[in-house]
Amino acid sequence: MSFVHLLRAEWTKFRTVPSWLIGAVVAILVLILIGLVSALGSHAVAAGPGGRPRQVLLGPDGRPVQDDFTFVRRTLTGDGTLTVRVPALTGGETGLEQWAKAGLMIKANTQPGSPYVAVMRTGAHGARMQYDFSGDIAGPASAQWLRLTRAGSHFTGYASSDGSTWTRIGTVTVAGIPATASAGMFVTSPPVEVYEQHFGSAEGNMYPTQATATFDDLTVAGALGADDWQGGPLADTPGQVTRTGDAFTVSGAGNIAPNHPDGNNAVERTLVGTFAGLTVLVVLGVLFVTSEYRRGMIRTTFAASPGRVRVLAAKAVVVGAVGFVAGAIGSAIALPLCRHVLIRNGNLVFAVTTGTEVRLILGTAAAIAVASVLALAIGTLLRRSVGAVAAVIVLIVLPYLLSTAAVVPADAARWLLRLTPAATFAVQQSVTAYHQVEGVYTPALGFYPLSPWSGFAVLCLYAAVAFGLAAVVVRRRDA
Amino acid sequence: MLNEPTGPDLAWRRWLLRVTTRRPAVPTVPAMNATIEVTGLRKRFGRTLALDGMTFTVAPGQITGFVGPNGAGKSTTMRVIMGLDRADEGNAHIGGQDYHQLRRPMTHVGALLDAGAVHPARSGRNHLLWQAHSQGLGAGRVTEVLHLTGLDSAARRRAGGYSLGMRQRLGIAGAMLGDPPVLLLDEPFNGLDPEGIHWMRGFLRGLAAEGRAILVSSHLMSELEDTASHLVVVGRGAVVADTSVEDLIRSASGDRVTLRTSARTDAMNQLAAAGATVAATERDTITVTGLAAERIVALLNHAGVPFSEVSAHRASLEEAYMELTRDTVEFRGAPVPSSLSVSLSPPAPASPPAPSSPSAPSASEVAR
Repeated sequence: MSFVHLLRAEWTKFRTVPSWLIGAVVAILVLILIGLVSALGSHAVAAGPGGRPRQVLLGPDGRPVQDDFTFVRRTLTGDGTLTVRVPALTGGETGLEQWAKAGLMIKANTQPGSPYVAVMRTGAHGARMQYDFSGDIAGPASAQWLRLTRAGSHFTGYASSDGSTWTRIGTVTVAGIPATASAGMFVTSPPVEVYEQHFGSAEGNMYPTQATATFDDLTVAGALGADDWQGGPLADTPGQVTRTGDAFTVSGAGNIAPNHPDGNNAVERTLVGTFAGLTVLVVLGVLFVTSEYRRGMIRTTFAASPGRVRVLAAKAVVVGAVGFVAGAIGSAIALPLCRHVLIRNGNLVFAVTTGTEVRLILGTAAAIAVASVLALAIGTLLRRSVGAVAAVIVLIVLPYLLSTAAVVPADAARWLLRLTPAATFAVQQSVTAYHQVEGVYTPALGFYPLSPWSGFAVLCLYAAVAFGLAAVVVRRRDA
Repeated sequence: MLNEPTGPDLAWRRWLLRVTTRRPAVPTVPAMNATIEVTGLRKRFGRTLALDGMTFTVAPGQITGFVGPNGAGKSTTMRVIMGLDRADEGNAHIGGQDYHQLRRPMTHVGALLDAGAVHPARSGRNHLLWQAHSQGLGAGRVTEVLHLTGLDSAARRRAGGYSLGMRQRLGIAGAMLGDPPVLLLDEPFNGLDPEGIHWMRGFLRGLAAEGRAILVSSHLMSELEDTASHLVVVGRGAVVADTSVEDLIRSASGDRVTLRTSARTDAMNQLAAAGATVAATERDTITVTGLAAERIVALLNHAGVPFSEVSAHRASLEEAYMELTRDTVEFRGAPVPSSLSVSLSPPAPASPPAPSSPSAPSASEVAR
């Protein structure tokens, strides 16, 4: 008996129970509608006279960035090399931030968000070379001397502890910096983010900090402009520049880094209804087998097809396919629809690449599909609808809600999202947790402890183990 | 058997051979080896011994009744035959094969195990359709068996709304999907109205006449009267009697003859002298054991004793069955005094069931 016959039989079983087909449609609808209700209920409007909708600064690759610092610069045309000593980097009242930065920079212009390459000292992470906001290369742990060389579109960063022995940090190629660019010294210090979680809500609050650095022994090889060194904060952040002879004392605040959205303005909030659609589909996955046990129909099935594991596999393919298709349709509609509503209501939704959108949609579909297979396996093991549905919800939906709705503390939430099949919701994370950006990366703000596909793999592991157990049991047990 | 192709174009010729030598969709003529052979089945559920050396054979071309009280092991035996339950010992074969060796098993054996085993929201037609698909059969065959069982008009309604009788027909339709040479039906008469019972009997007889082997279980012997020609009577997990219906009735009837005569004393003397056991039952009636009716008539005529009626006793199937299974019923009410004095075997010790010593000779074993 071919597996195709089995598949066809199981699919016939599924499609001929009207309430199951309705259930699949309901799953699609709740997935979309919960996202839609959430989008319709979210408004961002100009508050008070002079209020403006929130603007977001975009970097060279179109992704949101922060670009606030104090810059002492001159124009540099063509190739060149800047060398400087940074003997001191100190913090303000709250102390020196780990990611406070002071160093050399070549930037396309002084427009916020324009391309740049920089080499710097940091508060606690040694010398670094950073470029175009997300690029970050670690250099020597302690270095007072910094050097930045331009050769066309190739930039090389060096660091040294004595000014004579240099360590090359890295060479990067950055397009978009014109022949005549701004070059000079910069200082910035990122805000401290304080995470507050109350039962059911979570937020990160920012408090600004400041850093002050001393620069001396500045040498520049290359065609500098006729103007003298001039400087100040690039945006409306506090900062000042004092020049004493050839030494500069520069203070600054802000950050030059990728901007990380939280759950409220990340695109995955459009898929917030996933847990509900998944719940409906796992109930179908359970019922697809328990309804046969309840009425003794499983005997008809196993008499018609004595290869029980193959029957189980055919059932898994059917509920998995139903879950995948329903999840794909639901999320493929919910994502663009809810995003449109959110943006129309004035909300900020951070843009993502098409690849990320596809990953969110197909990842959601795959997660629902595998969860349905897990539900089928648990239904086979328990043979009771209520117990099996409860087990699947406790395994998947409950940990997800507890951790992402800020019910359990952030650390507990991270463990839940590592150890339970709810880890699979990581496939919906579009926001990136940058190691070089201090921030609050908790599940309640949309940051999962595992990468998207490792989170999905946790669910797959659960499903595989449950299916294996079900296969063993179903072979041994009398039907 | 076709020769294995050899030579350069081996691969595609093998493929061609495979696609051109497909087996026919449904075997049209029941195979000669249309049998069920059950040998020495033993199965224990916890402390209960459900099957205790169950052994019998079902032959083609006739209906074999599989009777016994509730709990005698009929359904368990059928589940073992269908590869659903695993026996601790012994084996069951269909046409000489283990169930798990059958390819497309519904074309080898059709079974009705539980008429209630349908999803109530699925239509009868779709209930058959998935079964057909599982065997590689199409919707056409579904239409045929619906017609065969008279369900055409109800086919597209929810099976949850079917009467028990319609569900029995649906179960039969499912068993007939693969047009199998062997049929195995568990209590198919349950819930049928008289018209339904009549239909079922005729239907099963027709199938048997086509040469199929048919095993029909029932806990009521009366349902099998006029239907089964062979009986496997079971009790407490083993066969009590494996006999044709004719032999069973003959043996159950014994050789009792009832004689009505005005000259009771003369008749009793004459017959006792001829070696019979004679008992006076009513004022003008005596019961004779040990002589055939023809012989009694000849003796009395010869002696000039007047008599008005001689009747050889013929037990009903029900009586014979009750007698057989009397000691094997596990649960029953207070004993009902029976005037029947037939005995097929030496009287079994009327000992209560002893679950702690299942290997002790049970009443059923003695009876067998």
